[in-house]
Amino acid sequence: MSRSAALTAHDPAGQAVLPPLELATSPHFADRKQTSRRMMVDVLLALGPAIAVSAFVFRWAAAWQIGTALAFSLATEALFCVVRKKPLSLWDGSAVVTAVILAMSLPPSLPLYATAIGSVVAIGLGKMVFGGLGCNLFNPAMVGRAFLMACFSQAMVTWQVPAVPGVSHIHAVTQATPLGIAKLGVRDRAKAEAAGQLDQYALRQAFLAAKKQVFLDLLLGIRGGSLGETSALALLLGGLYLLARRTAAWQIPVGMLGAMAVISVIARLFRPDLVMYPHMQIVAGGAMLGAFFIATDPVSSPVTIRGRWVFGMGVGTFTMVIRLLGNYPEGVMYSVLLMNALTPGINRLTMPRPLGGIRNE
Amino acid sequence: MTAMAMTELHTADPRKRRLHGGVHPPECKHLAADCPIEPMPAPTELLVPLGQHIGAPAKAIVKPRADVRMGEKIAEAAGMVSASVHAPLPGKVGSPTVATLATGRRSDALPITVAADAAAGIRVFDVVFGGPWDLAAVDALDGKQILAAVQEAGIVGGGGAAFPTHVKLMPIEKRPVDILIINGCECEPYLTADYRLMLEAPQAIVAGLLLAKKASGAQRAIIAIEDNKPQAIRVMSKAIANLPNVELAVCQTRYPMGGERQLIPAVTKRKVPVGALPLDVGVVVLNVGTAAAVAGACLRGQPVTHRIVTVTGQGIARPANLLAPIGARFCDLIRHCGGLRPDARRILAGGPMMGYAVSDLNTPVTKGTSGITVLAQSELDYTRQTNCLKCGRCVDVCPLNLVPTKIALAVKAGNLDLAKKSHLAACCECGCCAYACPARIPLVQYMRAGKVALARFEAPARSK
Repeated sequence: MSRSAALTAHDPAGQAVLPPLELATSPHFADRKQTSRRMMVDVLLALGPAIAVSAFVFRWAAAWQIGTALAFSLATEALFCVVRKKPLSLWDGSAVVTAVILAMSLPPSLPLYATAIGSVVAIGLGKMVFGGLGCNLFNPAMVGRAFLMACFSQAMVTWQVPAVPGVSHIHAVTQATPLGIAKLGVRDRAKAEAAGQLDQYALRQAFLAAKKQVFLDLLLGIRGGSLGETSALALLLGGLYLLARRTAAWQIPVGMLGAMAVISVIARLFRPDLVMYPHMQIVAGGAMLGAFFIATDPVSSPVTIRGRWVFGMGVGTFTMVIRLLGNYPEGVMYSVLLMNALTPGINRLTMPRPLGGIRNE
Repeated sequence: MTAMAMTELHTADPRKRRLHGGVHPPECKHLAADCPIEPMPAPTELLVPLGQHIGAPAKAIVKPRADVRMGEKIAEAAGMVSASVHAPLPGKVGSPTVATLATGRRSDALPITVAADAAAGIRVFDVVFGGPWDLAAVDALDGKQILAAVQEAGIVGGGGAAFPTHVKLMPIEKRPVDILIINGCECEPYLTADYRLMLEAPQAIVAGLLLAKKASGAQRAIIAIEDNKPQAIRVMSKAIANLPNVELAVCQTRYPMGGERQLIPAVTKRKVPVGALPLDVGVVVLNVGTAAAVAGACLRGQPVTHRIVTVTGQGIARPANLLAPIGARFCDLIRHCGGLRPDARRILAGGPMMGYAVSDLNTPVTKGTSGITVLAQSELDYTRQTNCLKCGRCVDVCPLNLVPTKIALAVKAGNLDLAKKSHLAACCECGCCAYACPARIPLVQYMRAGKVALARFEAPARSK
């Protein structure tokens, strides 16, 4: 009694109160600015500007898509938890992030039942069958989108006219996206006339004439495309926040956008007639969304620093290969999935050497 | 000359002495930084462990019920890598017993009942650190005499690892040492023992530096201090102003700058390979407290009897830097500092990054106890663990360039082979990875468990 009495604080009644002491291994500190849930919240916060632009451009369609994706993603996660008798994991926020990113990668005009199916596939096949958060090999949102691409291929490439009053730029009228126009292969008027593709030729010419305006529209978000492919500026703003918070590894977006810029510069050396300029390539389509929000998914990207460079540059390279040579106008999704598959191998091959190397090696 | 040293200090860009990786946890040094070193009143009883250091425990050479003087040797070093133990205060030796150290290791120990009246007359601070130090006396000693005095005094590293200092300083012909680093970084949050020593006894540190430099054969000596201690930088640069080949290196404030393998590349650009010692790259690192102890041993014949222990944290009533006798129990120090607050939750030997939580307040202070940190509930983090998100934050912050998540998962899965191939053995358990982990995975715990399992797994294989 005597020893502990002097050791501890006294309560008002004058009795010694020994505080309940704990044992634990070091470190006894943790970085409170960063938790798993905070990372998810960060992604949602960073998507805020892009969601706002999306809501402005697409109005209710944006709300419906995001709402549907959220409802079905959370329901699927809950169902898996119940069936597998695991604690409900909805509060970790990862399902919300997957749902929002999936919705952001879909065309606003996609039928809602397709969005629902995509959400179920994204959470179910993309994440939960692997064991839940942190265990999946592929980016769940991209798994869902790839499934929709296979099942609803027509609806997935039909782009709604942005409902911005008073704006009637070239793509607003034609519903063609810049990347879609870039795919049109008619450069010669005579040949186009012979092939009966004079309208395509005209579209191309109109695009070239208005290219400055096109770039500006891409930056601000007045264009056809997926929900989240609207304003490159809004995406960049959110992306920079993610990098500053270290929630996303900066090597991935820098590597990806850098590789895309370099490849498009080289491509233009060989084919000067390409209508997409390097600065357009990195703001068009899903490049910005992909670079800052999709490729940076920590779970499905490498943990090593060199690995992140390889991963980012790989996604950028495959995206450009698909854009320049493939049949699809856009290739971020397939590039991300492809590099996801290579991630375990990249991790293995890019293991860093311990500081100072190994003795006698 | 002083002016020159000051300009050098101002032009020394701390950004140049950077740490690879690392983290910057809240420093929390304000709690005890301004508390002068305070000699603790002699406790009635001491429990002096014989195995306080790395290496073989010392062997008792006094009989039970023997009367001992302060500084009298009570246990003799058992071999080269070992350290003698001395009576911290005058008193009567009790019958040998066993003490549980803060690390959880058990060690033979000698209890000493302190003779209160004899102890009361000793002005401990003046004996150990204070008073004038005659730097000229260093020239009168040669390397062998210095080493002998250090060995006789039972000095071990005061930074925490408690490696016998004479072994570190002993020159080896094949691996000559050319740089001596005196480590005043004290990167561990909360702790201020080294800081106070630099402010209050800079001459003792400088004397120890010169002695260690001579004994080890180093041509250059560098005092390394983090840039969050401008006052210590000023005091120390003044103290070394007229000395040739002694420099001061201002380092970035980043944990674990004070770790040997981090400090050496930051200050000298040399890197210590895994499996090698600082000696192999021609460097010896001594903590500032160890340097002061070297001075006491060589110039005053004073063995290790006391050390500075920072008692701090939001869970302690009155934080302080105590000059405590070796063998004082944690409860004695805590009681002297006004006791625990009601919200105290963890009592640590050391600081929050590498300290050990103790379960027994009878744990004795050893030569390696740099502080007692009492963390309150508000300072702790209780976020629930989640699965690994593979975010790679642990890879970013690992000062040794390891991939902690991979090693931890390998240990968890029982794949010791993979853990070994991923350089589990290189891990210094600094705790940066676990600090930075958003999923709150106890990575350091996996490292420790893996090392233990690996040792157990390899032991029979080696004996074959």
